[in-house]
Amino acid sequence: MTDTHAMIDTEVQSNDVVLFMKGTPQMPMCGFSGQVVQILDYLGVPYKGINVLASNELRQGIKDYSNWPTIPQLYVKGEFIGGADIVREMFQAGELQSHLKSRGLQVRETA
Amino acid sequence: MSAPQSTYRDRIVTKLTAAFAPAALDVIDESAQHHGHGGWREGGETHFRVRIAAAALAGLSRVEQHRRINAVLAAELAERVHALAIEATAA
Repeated sequence: MTDTHAMIDTEVQSNDVVLFMKGTPQMPMCGFSGQVVQILDYLGVPYKGINVLASNELRQGIKDYSNWPTIPQLYVKGEFIGGADIVREMFQAGELQSHLKSRGLQVRETA
Repeated sequence: MSAPQSTYRDRIVTKLTAAFAPAALDVIDESAQHHGHGGWREGGETHFRVRIAAAALAGLSRVEQHRRINAVLAAELAERVHALAIEATAA
């Protein structure tokens, strides 16, 4: 197990919601990452954003970690949820909200 | 005389058709929308959207559907394609 893999694994296992993204939640550097940030912010769920552009090892390592070739990648309670398309589809279907709640996470209720 | 070089769009269509025999398949080059953004290159063919409906994807989770599609297009993703938006349904 490489250092990068171990670092990713630690982040995924020790944070309830982790988003590996390009840029930061405050300043996404890619439209797809920005979409997921908007959804998580809308739901008011606390999450940790990790900028993969900070290191080439991380950028490649996260692709290997979940055998998923693209970024962003969302993890909830240690489990890989998906990329931007899947997160958006789940959000629109209400499945993301119910999934977060089923894992004991608070989601902002909207009228 | 050599055959004209097939485009990445053609390659994607050919590979997905062979792998999934889709009932519906749409491969759209959206590179122009990402002009100047990360991964964009002169000539486009860097950002694609795939809309696919295929019985072969039935019974799979969304993650697994996307994984199957990404696996079929691994060479294209490694060579040039920077972003692949996927809308998959089991037809």
